[in-house]
Amino acid sequence: MTSLLMIVVTTALINNVVLSQFLGICSFLGVSKRIKTSASLGGAVIFVITLSSAVASLLYDFVLVPLNLTYLKTIVFILVIAALVQVVEMFLKKSSPAIYKALGIYLPLITTNCAVLGVALTNVQDGYNFIESVLAGFGTAVGFTIAIILLAGIRERIDEKAVPAPFRGAPIVLLCAALMAIAFMGFSGLAV
Amino acid sequence: MKPWVERIYNGVVKENPSFVLMLGMCPTLAVTTSARNGLGMGVSTLAVLVISNYIISLLRKVIPDEVRLPAYIVIVASLVTVVELLMEAFMPGLYGALGIYIPLIVVNCIILGRAEAYASKNPPVLSIFDGIGMGLGFTIALTIIGLVRELLGSGTVFGYGVMPDFVTPIAIFIKAPGAFLVLAVIVAIMNGVHISTRANQVVESCDGCCANCSKTCKTEEKEEEK
Repeated sequence: MTSLLMIVVTTALINNVVLSQFLGICSFLGVSKRIKTSASLGGAVIFVITLSSAVASLLYDFVLVPLNLTYLKTIVFILVIAALVQVVEMFLKKSSPAIYKALGIYLPLITTNCAVLGVALTNVQDGYNFIESVLAGFGTAVGFTIAIILLAGIRERIDEKAVPAPFRGAPIVLLCAALMAIAFMGFSGLAV
Repeated sequence: MKPWVERIYNGVVKENPSFVLMLGMCPTLAVTTSARNGLGMGVSTLAVLVISNYIISLLRKVIPDEVRLPAYIVIVASLVTVVELLMEAFMPGLYGALGIYIPLIVVNCIILGRAEAYASKNPPVLSIFDGIGMGLGFTIALTIIGLVRELLGSGTVFGYGVMPDFVTPIAIFIKAPGAFLVLAVIVAIMNGVHISTRANQVVESCDGCCANCSKTCKTEEKEEEK
């Protein structure tokens, strides 16, 4: 039980997907202007990454390993993720318009978010079983959400400040990310 | 200027994927802990990009428009798997250092972006040169960032010690925050000397990712309307 909890803590805080592994940087920098927008994106990411790590783990253990095709994992995973996102989008549109309205517009964005593929591949690399994979996926996505909401909060404040001209736009956002990464390094003390 | 020279100039200088277009940020930040890793990542991406541009350009009249993105992804993913297996066999050291970021070349925006923007509309030979130009631009950018981080963070250049003994390396530069710091300063310098980058527009308006760019912009607009 402790080891399962440790997986969530490790993936969410200690090895934060954005700030220490640099996955999903595009949307981290691109969709972090407003807290509300980033929270919705975070919700969609949690949903998709948890689901896709479950499916990827099942596929790897019950299809690729028995058939001795593990070297095809990159191709299989990216196709499965793309298809999964499409199916989820269509399913939500039909079955629960409320959730679709909240998350729907973010779903297509997530397909090429490298965090999704990255988590599936890391799970396989670390030899996680099904439950561990799902928890690792969930933890990673929670870590992404925490990071993007924090950055959006900082950016909403920075908008009102006088930033030196060369640092306006991307550089100041990257500097904030650097400071956040330093802060997150403190979590490595939690590692067992 | 001959068209193929123009393609290479375009990729290396005018539309440098890392510094000007701000594409493919994941590997740019993640693997540049040393100049050698940056160079290795750049060359792997260059190889995949050149071959994928060539194949996609050859198939540009065969692939139906509706399924072009899945088709491109399959082509790119196959090539990446080939590169991954070759690297595991012949360069195990580099393979270990780059790790998960090798298979993640598949989702590198530069590759799908060039396929969509150039290779799918232009003849094979020019597409090869477009791939070489963009790949070289990416390689040069990664090597520069890697050099800066390696020099400041461990006091070496390509593994050779160059700093005098009394200078203590600043270890933070080879850790995660160093990547953000170095890139922030490089982009700030480019802003300072008025080299126009797309960086600011990307962060201001839409997600940097190629095929999704238009979708993100629409997303943000929809949010604004609400």
